[in-house]
Amino acid sequence: MTAHTESTKNPIVRFLNMNTSREVGGRELPLWRQILLQVLCLVIAAEVLFPIMYIVTLSFSSRETRPASLELIPTEISFAAYKQVIDRPTANPITFIELLRNSFLLSVGVGLAALMIAVLAAYAFSRFKFKLRSVLMVLVFVPLLMPAIGLSTPLYLLMNSFRIADCGGAIAISPFASCAVGLGKVMFNLRDSLLGVGIAMISTALPFAVWNLKGYLDTIPKELEEAAAIDGADPNQVFFQIVLPLALPQLAVTFFLGFIGHWQEFALPWLFLTQPESYTLSMTLYNMTGQYANSIPWNRFAAMAIIVALPVAITYIALQKQIVSGLTSGGVKG
Amino acid sequence: MASTSMIERAKKKSDFRKTVTPYMYLVPAFLVMAVITFYPLIYQVVVSFTDFQTKDLLRGLASEKLNQVGVQNYVDILAGGLPVQNFDFFRVLTYNLWWAITNVALHVPAGIVIAVLLNTPGLWMKRIYRSLYILPVVIPPLVVATVWRNIFDEQYGAMNQFLTSAAMLFGSIDPVRIRWLEDFTPPIAWLLPNGPLTLAYYAMMIANFWLGWPFMTLVATGALQSIPKDLYEAASIDGASAYQQFMNITVPLLRPAMIPATIYGFTTSFNLFSFVFFMTGGGPARSTEILVTFAYDLVRNLRLYGAAAAFSVIVFFVALIIFLITNRLTKATENIVE
Repeated sequence: MTAHTESTKNPIVRFLNMNTSREVGGRELPLWRQILLQVLCLVIAAEVLFPIMYIVTLSFSSRETRPASLELIPTEISFAAYKQVIDRPTANPITFIELLRNSFLLSVGVGLAALMIAVLAAYAFSRFKFKLRSVLMVLVFVPLLMPAIGLSTPLYLLMNSFRIADCGGAIAISPFASCAVGLGKVMFNLRDSLLGVGIAMISTALPFAVWNLKGYLDTIPKELEEAAAIDGADPNQVFFQIVLPLALPQLAVTFFLGFIGHWQEFALPWLFLTQPESYTLSMTLYNMTGQYANSIPWNRFAAMAIIVALPVAITYIALQKQIVSGLTSGGVKG
Repeated sequence: MASTSMIERAKKKSDFRKTVTPYMYLVPAFLVMAVITFYPLIYQVVVSFTDFQTKDLLRGLASEKLNQVGVQNYVDILAGGLPVQNFDFFRVLTYNLWWAITNVALHVPAGIVIAVLLNTPGLWMKRIYRSLYILPVVIPPLVVATVWRNIFDEQYGAMNQFLTSAAMLFGSIDPVRIRWLEDFTPPIAWLLPNGPLTLAYYAMMIANFWLGWPFMTLVATGALQSIPKDLYEAASIDGASAYQQFMNITVPLLRPAMIPATIYGFTTSFNLFSFVFFMTGGGPARSTEILVTFAYDLVRNLRLYGAAAAFSVIVFFVALIIFLITNRLTKATENIVE
């Protein structure tokens, strides 16, 4: 029974399971209509599968020349392209493991940092009545209006002003001190580091996480907390011992939703990072397409595209139930 | 006496704690947002009134070479005075709106029709179709864009190869060589005369259609399930045709679910940065450029930081206006439903 109510709450599950019980009593579909609708469904399936089969076939091909004719069904299963991409993903001196590490560091780090800060704020907004509540809530909401690219200019300039330079012996930390004009060698530029990109990415991740978690906390019944408060628990104890454990599933969902987004993050790293050793997988994929791709065999590009897509697709499919119900219970309602 | 004052003091103390506690929980978030959101927003406005360029990067706003230019950046952007080729703010804005509207106008009806199709009682292999149709939702848009970019390649792309095979069925031998992403002549010139809709636009519409309708089908399927079956039975007893049932029962009852989804789709398409950037980069000749990709180009390649800041401020107001309008639309529909 619980499983049933659970499934009706969730669009994807509902989408996949719908109507199976109702068909039993329903009237039969006339054969000619069945055939007509089957043809339609197959045409749509072909449309969906066209690019997927194209890229899968390409990635399993061992041919390094560009495709001369259309192939949508693999004629060979060769992992050569995957092997080449993993051995030597780009012309830059960076290994696949390092790219993977950078992408994971960025998406997991930003996700966790935003989550830890956001859950505190969400708790305050959801459970307390205080003077500035509505003003502060609007302040958290405003950045969500701005397309993420809109803040990239000032974030670039700000991060760029934190530098550590070696002025021939003395170390100068900008913006507090700098070497004489024309002197000094920059050892570290916050803008040109994964840390700087991560900090900049939090600016969009945080408001989203606050709204998503607040929406969920609002749905948790308050009786438990009230009972604990009567027993003498202070708000901190209530938060750590009751609210946090109850919110754990939603924390996980918010984290994975963030992860899906951060894993694809391209604009900020591509703008900030100049050192190949801090590149991410999505930046590498960009380098394999279009004007940069002249020398890159398409089977390798295809393999890389599938590698970049896999973590997101797997997360989605594994957590589809939680993700969709998490989305509907959270942020949207505000 | 002593005990009452102690109680009062304890009460005062707990009152103080009560007022302060919520703020303590907000401190981390607002400290972080102060540094990476609010300060940058203000900094952005300050920079937008200067001619900040690469030479000023070392010293920032303290740079001696930095000039205050007043609203010059804003005037340049709106009046076409930027030292940038093929850029006209109002053309990009019109194109951007057109791009978002035409996408949604295709995705929503297609999503609904396919949801209704999948909802037909007695249809075979329903589950298989459903699990197939969901695939575009789970693939990152950035990967989708790169793949379609290759599909639309002039020489080796799958689309031209597909069209070649199709043309062969009709007896043609010449390979199809459509320059999807490079050709600048608009195939339908009278459509949106303000912004030339190049072939690249149509190519992107095809790719984004693939990406967009399954989400709408997902939402519509959920809403379809909540429509009571007896409505259709009553209608068919009264002699309503399938088309009449669709127009008079399905469409009105789907509306409350589809309007928020449409607005979500509109804003997503309006700011679809990585998809546009990966597929065409705004080309050819900026014909498929949207506001966010141009903002990015101003910083990343043109390095006109002052103009980029001014442009972002303008984009912020465009986003705000769109939000206010869509918010009103959702509110209006909510009222109708309730």
